[in-house]
Amino acid sequence: MAEITYKDAAHVCEDGETVLDALLRANADIPYSCKKGTCLSCMVQMTEGDVPQDAQKNIRPSLAQQGYFLACMCRPSGPLTIAQADDAVIYGRAIVTGIDKMTPDVCRVWLRPSTPLYYRAGQFVNIRRDDGIVRSYSLASVPRLDRELEIHVKRMPRGEMSNWFFDQVTPGDGLDLQGPNGDCFYVPGTPDQNLLLIGTGTGLAPLLGVVRDALDAGHTGNIHLYHGSREATGIYLADEVRALADTHDNFHFAPCVSGSAAAGPFRAGRADEAAFADHPDLKGWSVFICGYPAMVNAARKTAFMAGATLPNIHADPFDFRDLRHEARDEVEDKPDLW
Amino acid sequence: MTDTLYDRLGGEAAVEAAVDIFYRKVLSDPSISDFFDTTDMDEQRNKQKAFLTMAFGGPNEYIGKDLREAHAPLVEKGLNDSHFDAVAGHLDATLRELGVADELIGEVLAIAGGTRDDVLNR
Repeated sequence: MAEITYKDAAHVCEDGETVLDALLRANADIPYSCKKGTCLSCMVQMTEGDVPQDAQKNIRPSLAQQGYFLACMCRPSGPLTIAQADDAVIYGRAIVTGIDKMTPDVCRVWLRPSTPLYYRAGQFVNIRRDDGIVRSYSLASVPRLDRELEIHVKRMPRGEMSNWFFDQVTPGDGLDLQGPNGDCFYVPGTPDQNLLLIGTGTGLAPLLGVVRDALDAGHTGNIHLYHGSREATGIYLADEVRALADTHDNFHFAPCVSGSAAAGPFRAGRADEAAFADHPDLKGWSVFICGYPAMVNAARKTAFMAGATLPNIHADPFDFRDLRHEARDEVEDKPDLW
Repeated sequence: MTDTLYDRLGGEAAVEAAVDIFYRKVLSDPSISDFFDTTDMDEQRNKQKAFLTMAFGGPNEYIGKDLREAHAPLVEKGLNDSHFDAVAGHLDATLRELGVADELIGEVLAIAGGTRDDVLNR
């Protein structure tokens, strides 16, 4: 048991309990989302005491030195005094410069941050609306190639942020931006390594960033991208991606449709199954998997068993929950991805 | 010869070289794979690294009590000598695959074998 003080109020953190769970139990006001150390929404600052190393694992060194840590990953061993994170340290401002509704359910949005964001293609940012709602989006843009940040937004049933992007946002609107986060990005230095990329839904966004980054860096190994959706309407940007494949001999693109009968240019079946059927031996490969969490977790294991080492498997499950204190109602018709 | 077993095996680099091979062997063995949770593979990989570090005679924080506590839920699910032997077999095969000398393998297996009663909570 440890005593924690948050915003001048004292709380008790039970043995084995995280700071976040203790604060939520006490109805304290603290933002959070993934509860597993990925999204960084629950970052707070320690002003007195000690935090375990695990709680600072995914935090930039400059912030860690100032005592920033993740409440969801912190099981304190002694008393802790915690302050709300300094908002200006975490969020910057950005404006929407364009919106392209590519399909009825997927749009891409371009953003220009007020101060330059140093990121790698495939990382993700947290976007906060002026009423405080936060969501995570992966970056499809490549710093060397694109002036603006590009995200892909999938319209979610009753999704606060996604419907807002679709129905209300216009160029010139402002929002808050935090990032970059995550380690799903291309690592230069092994140009002849083969790359396998598997994504469902808007899991295409970070993968496309990784592919363009790798091609621009002069990657010579084979790059295989499998994009999956239940319906053919979920395959977006296929013409652009194909054009990229047409101009690069080492880049191969396979759009896959798993639901109704696959038509025309699409492979029938799931993207992960097609990828592993085509490439049963992944020894020495680098693998990127993004999208629906169940697919990501299963594909991760399959890639590992096929010979890829875990440090060479970069996975980004899109499993960020709602930031409100009460979980979003289970959506009955589960999207196959988001 | 004053080098420790851990040094002679190659230290942390040897653990890193062995961990994925070892973990893959364990997961592909249906008689034991259910004991190795795959929902958090990074966490599992860290556990395998801690185990290998200990078996290699390296610096580790494993004590008998921890081993007992960590494996108690698995013993309840039926973890027994046959499973322990299977894991030891995969450790042996991993080291052979990496070309480790027989005498060093013997030392590693002796350390690993010394944990049997703690792991099986006896």
